[in-house]
Amino acid sequence: MGSEPAVVKRRDLLSLIGAMAGSAAMYHAMTSLGFASESPYQGPIRLEGDPKGASVLILGAGLAGMTAALELRKAGYQVQVLEFNSRAGGRNWTLRGGDSFVELGGFTQTCEFEQGLYINPGPWRIPYHHRALLDYCKRLNVALEPFIQLNHNAFLHAAQAFDGVPQRIRSVRADFQGQVSELLAKATRQGKLDEAVSKEDQEILLQALRSWGALDRNYNYESNLISAEFRGYENAPGGGLSAAPSAGDPIGLSDILRSRLWRYLRNFASYNFQTTMFQPAGGMDMIGKAFAKELGDVIRYNAKVTQVQQDDRGVTVSFMDTENSASTQQATADWCVCTIPLSILSQLQIDVSTATKSAIDAVPYAAAVKVGLQFKRRFWEEDDAIYGGISYTDLPIRQIAYPNTGFNRTGRGVLLGAYLFDGANAFEFTAMTPAERVVHAVDFGAAIHPQYRSEFENGVAVAWHRVPFTLGCSGDWSEEARAQHYRNLCQIDGRIVLAGEHASALPAWQEGAILSALDAITRLHGRVVRT
Amino acid sequence: MRSCKLETGLQSCRTAACAALVVLLSQVAAAFAQEGSLSAGNRTFSSGYRFVELSGEELFVNVCQGCHMVDAAGATGAGSYPSLAGNQNLEAGNYPIYLVVNGRRAMPAFGDLMSDGQIAAVVNYLRTHFGNNYQDTVTASDVRGARRINAAGTQN
Repeated sequence: MGSEPAVVKRRDLLSLIGAMAGSAAMYHAMTSLGFASESPYQGPIRLEGDPKGASVLILGAGLAGMTAALELRKAGYQVQVLEFNSRAGGRNWTLRGGDSFVELGGFTQTCEFEQGLYINPGPWRIPYHHRALLDYCKRLNVALEPFIQLNHNAFLHAAQAFDGVPQRIRSVRADFQGQVSELLAKATRQGKLDEAVSKEDQEILLQALRSWGALDRNYNYESNLISAEFRGYENAPGGGLSAAPSAGDPIGLSDILRSRLWRYLRNFASYNFQTTMFQPAGGMDMIGKAFAKELGDVIRYNAKVTQVQQDDRGVTVSFMDTENSASTQQATADWCVCTIPLSILSQLQIDVSTATKSAIDAVPYAAAVKVGLQFKRRFWEEDDAIYGGISYTDLPIRQIAYPNTGFNRTGRGVLLGAYLFDGANAFEFTAMTPAERVVHAVDFGAAIHPQYRSEFENGVAVAWHRVPFTLGCSGDWSEEARAQHYRNLCQIDGRIVLAGEHASALPAWQEGAILSALDAITRLHGRVVRT
Repeated sequence: MRSCKLETGLQSCRTAACAALVVLLSQVAAAFAQEGSLSAGNRTFSSGYRFVELSGEELFVNVCQGCHMVDAAGATGAGSYPSLAGNQNLEAGNYPIYLVVNGRRAMPAFGDLMSDGQIAAVVNYLRTHFGNNYQDTVTASDVRGARRINAAGTQN
């Protein structure tokens, strides 16, 4: 053993642990050494110890509430869930043909989509590292399919650039990357990087730039078959006498810079949007429905909570049956997990400390709007060869997202014709009637897909500040508010603990709702078992 | 000014050929007729993060009405948006200014989305419409004052 190096390299240590103790031990070791720490989720929760028949009242049958209900029931608690809506899921929601939705102000929409077509007005994509949500999908038999975040053949569009003509993501990305590589290669060869990069590394850097940027042997990014392999062809390779491919002209660097199209490229780079992403087959609400099926009659629907009281013996919640609003009823339990959105909870009478109440009052809710549009045919596939993914634009609609399922079929299709989040346009679209939102989504979208004009059939529009069960999209924490109030919001307050995406570091993500619920019930259970 | 106005009136909408859209357009026109509000062609779309609407009425119609509704009567679901009609909380002009700048509970903060002048305009509009009749106007410098109080951390 005398030749053993004094310092064990981290990777060597891992393979040693792997060989001796198996992959599970290696996984834990990797996590503690800073690798593989992609999710705080530690696998199915284990609430050990006897709750001795303690009861928990859960407010809200969204993913946070239903996670809490499922796991607490499994651990031996008596659970009851009160839900405002006549369905489970909360923001985990899908609109299909025949569905009716009344937004605040009384505007009623009936979705006219063809059977099998839908939009998800709320969450619509699941990152691969949202391991808790993925685990529940697996345990509840919710089938997943890919959600396509990056489609190279979808469009980037700026109203004031390229005469309003949308550009293929593939070309913008290749041309931007190629010309930045060319500039960097030039600087390298002119000796301008000598202070920063060693001579030996400069040689490797040049090779890398040529490979990564599709540069020619002179380190130029030009119209040729090298760049065409990245940016696409003017005439694609064919067969027989029409076989020879030809290259088109790259978009100039200055044009890309001034168009600001580069700003959309981060949507394909950031951690939350990296491949692989998923969606439940058939609609996002497959998840909520699977939870609800598992929970059965534990959920009481049409229950509008009006007051939450507690004393040292238990919790009493007053609620109205929205089908029979004359009567106020009460439900009692030893403990309460409250997942009601803060936009609503802040308006209720609730017995909590000043610190908790201040936290509940401190979080405004983001504005967001989605518009689903049905067309007579899938022209984005038939005419534009766009199969799934998202086009981005600086028009108020912001995005057009194509269905990630049912590819290459004839017949109707539904796409997401607008997804506005935060900023002036989201409020402006909220202030319209649903019908106006649809009209404007069609009008703006036609600048990108002129086929809209002849193929549009019908649409639905959801503006989250007008959604009766949330009054907003998601908790919009400022850094200051989070620093001041977040811990107070999450603390168990007497017999009440809050959960939901608003009580997580993953705002607006379903994973945040589930992780928040798991964290809350773990602490609650700890307290119950100790007392 | 960083942002410019982007008018996309329905008149400019090149949709006449599309029967379905024509139906929708007529529904929208009917909705507007009922509401007795601006014509659909006057919809404003801001081109950046901040609002470009300048008058109090334009701000109310394009922003506030989203929650407080066309007649400012508010709405109720699991929680409520309060009615601003005949609302005595508007009597002291600084109170609505503070709420628009900082938000509170279900009310989003608009301090970063509107200028001092815009906030003063929309507060003045609210205080003189919908059954409110407070003739003392608030000014952009009142809004500036409210922002300073907030920055100093003496409220919240």
